[in-house]
Amino acid sequence: MEEEFKVIDNYLMVRMPAEVDHHASEYIGRTADRYILKEGVGNVVFDFEKTRFMDSSGIGIIIGRYKKITCFGGRVFAVNADARIKKTLMLCGLHKVIEIME
Amino acid sequence: METGRRLENKHAGSGMTKNEMQIQFTAVSENEAFARIAVAAFVTPLNPTLEEIADIKTAVSEAVTNAIIHGYDGMTEKEQNQVYIHCLLNRDVLQVEVIDEGKGIEDVEKAMEPMYTTKPDMDRSGMGFAFMEAFMDELEVISEPGQGTTVLMSKKLGTLPFIDREE
Ligand SMILES: Nc1ncnc2c1ncn2[C@@H]1O[C@H](COP(=O)(O)OP(=O)(O)OP(=O)(O)O)[C@@H](O)[C@H]1O
Ligand SMILES: [Mg+2]
Repeated sequence: MEEEFKVIDNYLMVRMPAEVDHHASEYIGRTADRYILKEGVGNVVFDFEKTRFMDSSGIGIIIGRYKKITCFGGRVFAVNADARIKKTLMLCGLHKVIEIME
Repeated sequence: METGRRLENKHAGSGMTKNEMQIQFTAVSENEAFARIAVAAFVTPLNPTLEEIADIKTAVSEAVTNAIIHGYDGMTEKEQNQVYIHCLLNRDVLQVEVIDEGKGIEDVEKAMEPMYTTKPDMDRSGMGFAFMEAFMDELEVISEPGQGTTVLMSKKLGTLPFIDREE
């Protein structure tokens, strides 16, 4: 599953699974933190291309990483999110703190 | 066209206006996907829209996840920790009850506030109840410390085509 994480320059790319729920989220958060804290990656890109379901666990993953990198000037991006996931992100006001891109 | 198909199906059905379903499962995260899919499958005879299915799956996922991570928090006899889901379909209204026999909630009103969480360290954002409220029509939480928690939600299906027509 580690191939879902890739570092390009100063960006950690995370390919989110088909279903982002509590069951999936703990591994994602833990693994992303390893790259952020041990390898010092500055920015995180969450790729939702495969994602068809997301509950508040996905929000927790994003906010958790945001808190860890924003104090060092890092930024969080969400890419390839479908209409439903965008709606879920915006319901929490996340579009104000992360970049939601096509 | 989607609107037409929905009405047709409803009348072509068995004429049954009430339907009921209950499941019980061990409070482990492996069962979260199963639980929300079971409820979504239960409403398919009503021919719900993709949006309605996503709303129901999200709300059920929130309630079940809460039962597992908060309700049974610290209760180590894992096999004994059970989550119960009771679904009732009354014509086009779905009622879902998610019940745990865990530690309960001291201040329900406070727990339901958006962004309120007792587990910020575990990457919880405090948005679970806010999502249940946003994606369902009605939400009621019955809980007391030591008495477990019951989350009651309901949603009327098939409201979207009427909104479309009015526009
Ligand atoms: N079934 C339950 N048993 C005991 N406490 C609960 C239960 N459900 C919710 N709570 C309490 O209510 C709080 C708010 O719940 P809510 O689902 O809104 O947020 P969260 O679970 O903390 O975070 P998120 O759902 O965003 O991951 C929880 O932090 C917890 O303290
Ligand atoms: Mg929750």
